Amino acid sequence: MTVSRFTRRNEAIQDIISFSLDGQPASACAGDTVAAALLAHDSAAFRHTGIHSSPRTPFCMMGICFDCLVTIDGVQNQQACMITVTVGMDIRRQAGFRKLEGRS
Amino acid sequence: MKNLIVIGAGPAGMSAAATAARGGAKVLLLDEQPHPGGQIFRNITRNRNTLPHLGPDYAKGLEQAEALQHPNLTCRFGSTVWRIDDGRAKDGPRVAYSQNGKSQSVAARHVLIATGAQERPTPFPGWTLPGVMPAGAAQILMKSSDLIPREAILAGTGPLLYLIAAQMIDAGTPPLALVETQTSSMMARALSKMPRAMIDRQQVFKGLSLLRKIQKAGVRRYTAAQEFRARPQGDGLTFTFTSKGKEHVLHCALLLCHQGIVPSTNLTRSAGIPHQWNVTQLCWQPTHDDDGRTDRPGLWVAGDGAGIFGADAACAQGVITANAILCALDDLSPDIARHINAHALNRRFRADALRPFLDAAYAPAPEFLSPVDETILCRCEEITAGQVRVAASNGAEGPRQMKTATRAGMGPCQGRMCDLSVTTTLAAHSGRHPTDLGPHRARSPCKPVTLGELSRLDLGD
Ligand code: FES
Repeated sequence: MTVSRFTRRNEAIQDIISFSLDGQPASACAGDTVAAALLAHDSAAFRHTGIHSSPRTPFCMMGICFDCLVTIDGVQNQQACMITVTVGMDIRRQAGFRKLEGRS
Repeated sequence: MKNLIVIGAGPAGMSAAATAARGGAKVLLLDEQPHPGGQIFRNITRNRNTLPHLGPDYAKGLEQAEALQHPNLTCRFGSTVWRIDDGRAKDGPRVAYSQNGKSQSVAARHVLIATGAQERPTPFPGWTLPGVMPAGAAQILMKSSDLIPREAILAGTGPLLYLIAAQMIDAGTPPLALVETQTSSMMARALSKMPRAMIDRQQVFKGLSLLRKIQKAGVRRYTAAQEFRARPQGDGLTFTFTSKGKEHVLHCALLLCHQGIVPSTNLTRSAGIPHQWNVTQLCWQPTHDDDGRTDRPGLWVAGDGAGIFGADAACAQGVITANAILCALDDLSPDIARHINAHALNRRFRADALRPFLDAAYAPAPEFLSPVDETILCRCEEITAGQVRVAASNGAEGPRQMKTATRAGMGPCQGRMCDLSVTTTLAAHSGRHPTDLGPHRARSPCKPVTLGELSRLDLGD
C-alpha cells in the first residue's frame, strides 16, 4: 500500500472509527470527511476520469471542484470532501463516468 | 416569514447574522459545512484552542462562532443553496437549499450572499495530478482533521503561503521548499503602497514575523519562479521550474499551489446580479454599494464574495451590511446605524489600506492567466488551453460560444475551476478586455440536486 501524503499529529489520533474501502477494512478519526479519511489512509487516486481515465485526488477540499467523487454506500458521484465518514460506511473508488443504475 | 436569510457562515456571514439577530430581525443562517467558521475559521468550534500551531488569528474565530447563539437566529448547517430568486419573484426573495437529501425553498424579505472566496485556479502542465492541491486545501485538512502535509512544496505567491509554511513549521513538519512566483520588480513597485499599508501595521508586522520564522527554520526559498511543471514519479511528484534563469528539479509528495484568492461568484451570477471585472485583482465581483446593496431587490453581498479584502474587512462589512438591512426593515434608524457602524468602518478602513500593497506585491503570474497550450484549463472536461485557443480562432469569441465549441465549463463543477482561466486565456489570445467578453453565465441548480429531490421540493412558507 502507498504511504499517505499527510501525517496525523499524535494528539489527534482519537475516536477511531472503522469503515470499508473498496471492500477492505480501514479506519479514520471521527469527524473526518470521507476525503480526509482516504487521504490519511494512502496516496492512491480517488477516481479515474471518464474522459482520459486520468487519476485524480481531491483538489479544493471545499466542495467546488468535484475531483473527489467516490461511491458511498452504493450511491455514485458523492463529494468525498463534503461528507463526514461514519461507522461501517462502504466507500469505493470510481473508474470512469458513473453508470446508469442497473446497467454496466 | 424570516426577515433575513444569510448564506455562508464565514467571517462576513457570521457577523452579519449575529448583528441582525441582536437588532431584532428573525434570521436564518445557511452553510454547506457541518460547523460555522467558513474556510478561514473552519472547524473552530470543535478545535477551540487545541491546535496552537494554527496561530492566534485562527483562534479569534471562536468568539464570532459563539455569537451565533441568539434566540432570533436559526442556523442550518450542512445546507447547500442551489437557487436564489430576487424580490421581483412572487413572494420573493426566495432561497432554495438542500439539506440531508431534501430540498426546500424559503422566502425572506432580504437575502445576504456571503459565500466568500475560492483560491484562484493555477493551471500549469501537471496540475491535475494526484498530489497537486491548492495550498488552502491542505490548510483545510490541517484545520478539519489535524493532518499535516508531508514532504510538501509550497509554490506560487501570496501571504497565505507564508502563513501555511509557519503553521507547518510549528506543527513540526516544515515544507521542503517555498517556491515563489513574485519578482523583485513587483516588490519594488509594491513598496510605493507601503506607507498606506502601515495604517494596518499589525498585519504588516505579522507578515514579517512569518518570514523570519521561515528563514530561521532553514526552508529553501526561490523567487521569480516560472515555467511550473509537475510529473508523476513513483508515488510522488517531480516539480520543475526556473528561477532567475536557472532550471530546478525538486521531488515531493505534495505540491501545494497558490495564486491568491478570488470571489466565489457562482451564486451571485446565477441570481442575476451584475458583475464587474476587477482590473487589479483580475477577477469578477458582484456590483454593489458601500452597504453591500446590489441592484436586485432584496439581494445583498458582503465579505470576500463581494470583493477580496480579507477576513477582518469581511467581519466589519458583515456588521455594516446587517445594519443597512435593519434600516431597510425599519428596525433601525440610519442616524443610529451611522453611529454604531463607527468601529466597523474604522476596521474596514484599516483592512482596505493594506490591500493595494498585497495586490501589487503578490499579483498572479502571467503563466497561470494564459498557460501554455498543453495545460488543462477545464479539469472536468479535460480541455486544454490549446483547444480553447483553436476554438477562439475558429470563431468562439466569448465564454458562451466556448462552452458550445469545447465543453469547457460544462462539467460537474459548473465552471468554478476554469471560467476565470478561460476568460484570461481568451482575453490574452484575442486582445479583448474581459469586460467585453463578459462573465460566464451561471444557472440554477448551482450544485447538483437529483431529479427526485427536485420533484419533492418543499415550497414551505
Ligand atoms: S475536493 Fe473539490 S469538491 Fe471535493
